[in-house]
Amino acid sequence: MKKLMIALITFLPAVVFASTGNIHLDKARYDLSDKVSLQRGAKLFSNYCLACHSTGYQRYQRVATDLEIPDELMKDNLIFTDSKIGDLMINSMDKKESAKWFGNAPPDLTLEARLRGADWIYTYLRSFYKDETRPFSVNNVVFPDVAMPHVLEELQGIPTAIFETTMIDGVEHKTIIALKSNGQGEMSSDEYDNAVLDLVNFLVYAGEPNKLERQSLGVWVIAFLIILFILSYLLKKEYWRDVH
Amino acid sequence: MLKKLLLGTVDWIDARIPMTETWNKHLAQYPTPVNFNFWYFFGSLAMLILVNQILTGIWLTMHYNPSAEGAFASIEYIMRDVPYGWLLRYMHSTGASAFFVVIYLHMFRGLIYGSYQKPRELIWIFGMFIFLALMAEAFMGYLLPWGQMSFWGAQVIISLFGAIPIVGDDLTLWIRGDYVISGATLNRFFALHVIAIPLALVVLVFLHIVALHEVGSNNPDGIEIKRKKGSIAEHEKSKFTFHKQYSAKKDIIDAIPFHPYFTVKDIMGVAGFLIFFCAVIFFMPEGGGYFLEAPNFEPANGLKTPTHIAPVWYYTPFYAILRAIPDKLIGVAFFGGSIVILFFLPWLDRCKVKSIRYRSWKHKLNIAQFTICFIVLGVLGALPTTPLLTKIAQVGTIGYFSFFIALWIYSKNEKTKPLPTRLTFK
Amino acid sequence: MSNAPVNSGRRKFLTLTTAVVGGVGAAVVAVPFVKSWSPSEKAKAAGAPVTVDISKIKPGQLIRVEWRGKPVWIVSRTQKILDELATLNDQLRDPNSQEPQQPEYALNTGRSLKPDIFVAVGICTHLGCSPTYLPDSFSEQVEGVESGFFCPCHGSKFDLAGRVFQNVPAPLNLVIPPHYYVSDTTILIGLDKGDA
Repeated sequence: MKKLMIALITFLPAVVFASTGNIHLDKARYDLSDKVSLQRGAKLFSNYCLACHSTGYQRYQRVATDLEIPDELMKDNLIFTDSKIGDLMINSMDKKESAKWFGNAPPDLTLEARLRGADWIYTYLRSFYKDETRPFSVNNVVFPDVAMPHVLEELQGIPTAIFETTMIDGVEHKTIIALKSNGQGEMSSDEYDNAVLDLVNFLVYAGEPNKLERQSLGVWVIAFLIILFILSYLLKKEYWRDVH
Repeated sequence: MLKKLLLGTVDWIDARIPMTETWNKHLAQYPTPVNFNFWYFFGSLAMLILVNQILTGIWLTMHYNPSAEGAFASIEYIMRDVPYGWLLRYMHSTGASAFFVVIYLHMFRGLIYGSYQKPRELIWIFGMFIFLALMAEAFMGYLLPWGQMSFWGAQVIISLFGAIPIVGDDLTLWIRGDYVISGATLNRFFALHVIAIPLALVVLVFLHIVALHEVGSNNPDGIEIKRKKGSIAEHEKSKFTFHKQYSAKKDIIDAIPFHPYFTVKDIMGVAGFLIFFCAVIFFMPEGGGYFLEAPNFEPANGLKTPTHIAPVWYYTPFYAILRAIPDKLIGVAFFGGSIVILFFLPWLDRCKVKSIRYRSWKHKLNIAQFTICFIVLGVLGALPTTPLLTKIAQVGTIGYFSFFIALWIYSKNEKTKPLPTRLTFK
Repeated sequence: MSNAPVNSGRRKFLTLTTAVVGGVGAAVVAVPFVKSWSPSEKAKAAGAPVTVDISKIKPGQLIRVEWRGKPVWIVSRTQKILDELATLNDQLRDPNSQEPQQPEYALNTGRSLKPDIFVAVGICTHLGCSPTYLPDSFSEQVEGVESGFFCPCHGSKFDLAGRVFQNVPAPLNLVIPPHYYVSDTTILIGLDKGDA
């Protein structure tokens, strides 16, 4: 029976993924225990993302404490509004105005990693390409016709897409098979991937800041319960000697 | 001295309410079949989870904000700002799924050992009402985080009522209290979720147990432990003392007192269960996207439906039946019928033998196909529809309902195996 | 036969051990429930220390700021008031601030870091009303004393060092909150100097 329960729990997600996984997502090998990576991610986030996207459910103070960033450094380098350090990380952008500007109000990103997954964000931020037909002259492989400009352009440059044309039932289909860097970014391709990974790491952290605490506490809880189970098993056996 | 004081206090209370009497009648001298197996853990586990849900629920209420404007943010407030709020919330959300795991296994136990049969029909009926209340409780609770899945899940389920002829549309409007699901809906669901349904649940659980203790537990052999007075030789009788309510009119055989034997056994069961329960809470609280669904990490938006909406896993078998029928009204009728028909199980099964151990191959096959259909429907209900999957769901629906029809037919003159005279251990 | 269990030593030991371990478990489970009642990060952020600019305060003026939802007063005391404070001892309940109503560094006649600037929580120690500042009409309450604080609820009286007068309902002097000077003209209320 236990086997059946485990099978049920583990079997289901695989089925769903298989049925929806039509876009290949690269695996984001983030590491929540890497404080330096998280700090770089936080810096990138506040430099490139926070102006439009809030992380309005978390507080600067919590980020500073968890990421081991001194309060003063946090205030000077990561808080650009007149927010206090205890405040939620919201920006001053007017939702209605920005909806007019971009077509959509930029969503809050606190829970983005839990909503779409780390792999999605990691792939998405590395999938912009030049497309003059779009309002900001860029498009995205993972999120076609996205309203967002390529904000990391100064780091990556704008890649161009390489298309493959196939004929299916007499109709031409253009599919993107690769993106090629235009070499205009400050970073090499590997550097850019690592920077995005830092950013993803930060967003995963933001999605659930106490994930590591939860897991380390869990080890103790399970260890305790195993001891309790063994004791109660012995106790049960002892009492049931009366019965058998 | 201390002992004397303690005994004095007990006497003082016993003179006023029947404390010791109740303890003996329902625990220390309550005759319980000696051969309970693995399947008999789930009743006490359901009780444990009920307590967990009530306690964590009360504590979550202290920090939650039941309004369309504040609900989503207050969940994240609980997850981040309230000390240990994340733990309370995961205990509650995991508890909801665990409740259904345990209840489904508990119901399956009743099904295979014929625990719904005469004289235990009322226990089954109360149990079914508990199941129904639990589904309503979970449904309303799921709206409270006010995420995308909360909103659209509620949208779909409330729309089911719209299928009812004539009054349907007015009824859905009345349930929502608005033209869309809104703060008004959220507030009434909140009130029902935190007080009305839990009260009903507690009363139903009490009745479930009163009914159980009146007739006594069934067991894996499906034969009674209470026999006609005088029919059992003295040395064959159980060596334990039972409360006179049970032993005065009946001879009791192969039974042991609930306390201490099943208290210690259930404690072991609880410890074992908690290992799995806490493994989910601490290492996979999202349950692979099935206990906490990814779209629910986005606030409710009435203008944008998520690409794939599915109800939480515990509704999916019934939801798959709903979707399998290509007509709204008939679909809703089958959906409702799939639950209502369970209430009639005690009368659909006309066999005198209870346990699957001594019943015909037809019955074994029927239960097997029913179980497979139920699981397959459960998986299908969580997937997006395709023409092929809809076909499979239709087959599953036929299997689900034919279980009851077939049971009614073959159980009248079923070829059963001879029953043992004493309880057996397997 | 009785249902009393056979009380072997092993049984006693296992019962006790399981009960103790289970009891510890139950106590630990209570921790998140108890701790969740402590102030949340939101409450802590709202109750964070506040900084006050006192560069524009005029002699005799009272500035009111909010700290942890309570009024905190900053009063600029003139030399005349300071002279007066020293003469009131025999009319006060606790003239030398024996009761721990102030941090160490405010344990002086003026109950302040700097003699001319007085910082106090503006909540009467009787039942929590906020007293009224009477800069020049306090003599109606206490003869011969020009300025002080008068609580409108039950008539408690305090001098300009927040010390309570005798024969009023309030038992204690006003509370001096932790505070320190960030600069000559900026006070931080809510922390002692050196605390993070």
